[in-house]
Amino acid sequence: MIVIFGIFLLTLLVITAIAIVRTDNLFVAVMLLGIASLLIAGNFFLLDAADVALTEAAVGAGISTVLFLSALALTSERERARSSNKALSFTVVAAAALILIYATFDKPRFGDPQAPSQIHVAPWYLEKTPEYIDIPNVVTAVLGSFRGYDTLGEVFVVFTAGIGVLFLLGSGVPLGSLPREKFNEGLRHHLIPRVVGRVLIPFILLFGLYVQFHGEYGPGGGFQAGAIIAAAIILFALLEGEKRAMSVIPARALLGLMAFGPLLYVAVGVAGIVLGGNFLDYSVLSSDSVKGQQLGILLIEAGVGITVTGVLLSIFHAFAARGR
Amino acid sequence: MTMLLDILSWVLLSLGGLSILIGGIGALRMPELYTRMHAASITDSMGTILVLLGIMLQAGWSLATIKLIAILLFLLLTSPTSSNALASAALLAGTRPSEEAGQDVDEGEDEGEEKE
Repeated sequence: MIVIFGIFLLTLLVITAIAIVRTDNLFVAVMLLGIASLLIAGNFFLLDAADVALTEAAVGAGISTVLFLSALALTSERERARSSNKALSFTVVAAAALILIYATFDKPRFGDPQAPSQIHVAPWYLEKTPEYIDIPNVVTAVLGSFRGYDTLGEVFVVFTAGIGVLFLLGSGVPLGSLPREKFNEGLRHHLIPRVVGRVLIPFILLFGLYVQFHGEYGPGGGFQAGAIIAAAIILFALLEGEKRAMSVIPARALLGLMAFGPLLYVAVGVAGIVLGGNFLDYSVLSSDSVKGQQLGILLIEAGVGITVTGVLLSIFHAFAARGR
Repeated sequence: MTMLLDILSWVLLSLGGLSILIGGIGALRMPELYTRMHAASITDSMGTILVLLGIMLQAGWSLATIKLIAILLFLLLTSPTSSNALASAALLAGTRPSEEAGQDVDEGEDEGEEKE
């Protein structure tokens, strides 16, 4: 049954992908990209990868769509007509597709218990997580502790991406110096979205915090929570206007958040060295090594969440500031 | 009792699926934006409510039901709001409800939305 669902979702995904390529209306393409993300999130969920599914849904279908739309507000809605050689591009795409399809022949079959990913380190993680870290969600244990270096790298990727976008778009003219009518007023004159938004935003923030701190027990963690919290504040900015959103969290504070997350992460790692362990070895953070691991994961997840929130909000504000 | 709940839940699920199908066909077949939104709204309202109620009966009294109720409340709040935002955005962009779409298009409703 699950295989049928998976094939159904993947077929829809292929149809969506073809539609994305064929449309020349960029607005339609952005909406279809959101749908594609949701479909692939559904597929991840079918494959029991709930953490990845949650990330894909929050980042791919949620935040990316908003960021694409705010980028689209700066350009035109229509794709420029291409005069390039169609036969050449078709050949390149076909060749790449053939190579990829050829590569899949060497991949293990779906659900193969002898696949390298099943017999290499995964059994060790599953077996030792209760002993070393004692949290129910092994994904968080792997991501936060066993593979802490990789996650540190990811946090720095997010951080670098944020810095890159801010360099390209400029963190903006100081907001105070612009005349008032230039501010995006948001949907302040539209009563129904505002009222519903006001009701929902606190709950979205609460859900973000739940996802952040429940990551050790269920699907969730810093990346997803950061995207959800950023989405709540972007919703506030869309409804109440940029100026009020900026007065809630000023741009300077966002830059601080962006930098504070990686710093917190690295500080936890360095604290491990200072207390006599290795870099990112949380066991020494507390007298009880299991408690130390849990504390370390909690802190680095907080660092991840803070970075993601700061970067996504900074990028959104950078786009919105350019739009004026 | 379990049997009864099961039958009831499957009836609800099937009705929900049917209304989503009707909404999908309507969104494809209707002539213009507002009638399409009207057809699609049945997936948001009837479809999701029936499907979620059906799943709730399957889940019984558990944490899953509480979560489903939360999802239902969220959808009941957000989907009419997004429909409203979509319709008023279309009106602002200059899309008028067409006269040919249906003879029973109410004129008063049209004027009411122009205040936006």
